[in-house]
Amino acid sequence: MAGKPKLYYFDGRGKMESIRWLLAAAGVEFEEKFVETKEQLEKLVKDGDLLFHQLPMVEIDGMKMVQTRAILSYIAGKYNLYGKDLKERALIDMYVEGITDLMQMVMMLPFSPAEAKAKNLASIEEKATKRYFPVFEKVLKQHGQDFLVGNRFSWADVQLLEVILAVEEKIPAVLSGFPQLQAFKTKMSNVPTIKKFLQPGSARKPPPDDNYVATVMSIFNLN
Amino acid sequence: MVSKYEGQKIDFINRRIISSSYFCPKHVFSKTSTSTLTFFQDPCSSHRPLRFMQITAVLLAAVPLGTAWRAGWGRPGSAQAGGGRHFACWRCGNWKSEVMAGKPKLYYFDGRGKMESIRWLLAAAGVEFEEKFLETREQYEKLLQSGSLLFQQVPLVEIDGMKMVQTRAILNYIAAKYNLYGKDLKERALIDMYVGGTEDLMGFILMFPFLSAEDKEKQRAVIVQKATSRYFPVYEKVLKDHGQDFLVGNSFSWADVHLLEAILMVEEKKSDVLSSFPQLQAFKRRISSIPTIKKFLEPGSQRKPVPDDKYVETVRRVLRMYYDIKAN
Repeated sequence: MAGKPKLYYFDGRGKMESIRWLLAAAGVEFEEKFVETKEQLEKLVKDGDLLFHQLPMVEIDGMKMVQTRAILSYIAGKYNLYGKDLKERALIDMYVEGITDLMQMVMMLPFSPAEAKAKNLASIEEKATKRYFPVFEKVLKQHGQDFLVGNRFSWADVQLLEVILAVEEKIPAVLSGFPQLQAFKTKMSNVPTIKKFLQPGSARKPPPDDNYVATVMSIFNLN
Repeated sequence: MVSKYEGQKIDFINRRIISSSYFCPKHVFSKTSTSTLTFFQDPCSSHRPLRFMQITAVLLAAVPLGTAWRAGWGRPGSAQAGGGRHFACWRCGNWKSEVMAGKPKLYYFDGRGKMESIRWLLAAAGVEFEEKFLETREQYEKLLQSGSLLFQQVPLVEIDGMKMVQTRAILNYIAAKYNLYGKDLKERALIDMYVGGTEDLMGFILMFPFLSAEDKEKQRAVIVQKATSRYFPVYEKVLKDHGQDFLVGNSFSWADVHLLEAILMVEEKKSDVLSSFPQLQAFKRRISSIPTIKKFLEPGSQRKPVPDDKYVETVRRVLRMYYDIKAN
């Protein structure tokens, strides 16, 4: 009734990308307002739109929501992607938090100084293949179901697919030791809402390039 | 959360729900997953029965339970009865198979770190818990090998038959279980936002003990600046605008516990940091006097002291984390 959710962020992935994924997976159309200059950000702060002066911000259901995790939890809860009870929610939360830790490393990569990039990339590969992917490979193998939790599509599945694709962009063969995850990736990519999101012309943002990095740095006076 | 058994009468013979308006909602009535009925006398920790109502319920239950026994089921709690391992809190409908499983058990260093918020929340909810402190590398490696650490990290909390990791997941679970997470999705959204802010603020303090002396001074200033210009004003305004005692929904929640924890931690860095925040000063006094929190703030509780060099050494040794930590 309140209209489509409206996303305020830079024209790029960053912390907002998980929110775009989740809304898209839930089949929810949304609008975006791109922050391109420091002045635009300062105006949002001055107008009192950003609770902690930070982005992402999502106008949804009459609220100006901030804090990525709060926004994702709300969307997951609202669109029934958060399990059927407290225990399933606990599992989803554990999986999502682990995936977020890995996603964070990928997100920060373009912002690393040139001399640290190779080291950080190696760190991502190590964590992905030794710490995170083995967990989800095992979960899927043990229950033999299509989805991570409760034999039902959830936020955890969306988040896992997102991070798999993000890491693959940097390390193309990263799934080579993980047959369950390969099958998972294929299956999830074919979920109709996700398939649509993966097609050109969707709201999905491309991998961060130098232009994106420069925009963010200038907005936050980081250069 | 309303129990699906509330206002229901139980057909004990056929093990079906009919209606049962004569049971006090504060009573905990249990039904095992194998459908053997067991009367559980201790409610979940958020609902304490009034003694006279408890006695009344025992008397009322005697007839149907007697019937159940005649039908050939075991006495409550007996092996024949299925051991009574599963219970539902009448009031909030939480399945409580964990009651037999014992108290939550926390695995972490003997110090604050990421586990402290979990200690606060459990304490605020009036939940007793045990702690297993990691002191040596060997203990940590043993824990790793046991497969208990999903992502090879602590905190780890054994609770309700789960080995939970990821601080935020654990906190979410505890908050929801003990009704400290708001009454609906929108209140939960507010709590999540507020907790996200206090979490970010406490994040500046989390690595403080690991910084060099010089960086510590700089970081102290950053902490105070963030607290007074970005975070405290938000909560000051929230409290001023609605004039209520608690941050969300006029009801004590996780957001209040987390904010109090953050306030006290920042005050340890600068004792007069609340001087321009009258609402927060009043809030601090109010929340500190809530009985479970008051108890937690007293000496001898499981609250951990400000981290010292010994704590830093222990963490570095156990995690083999010998690199320098830089301030953010």
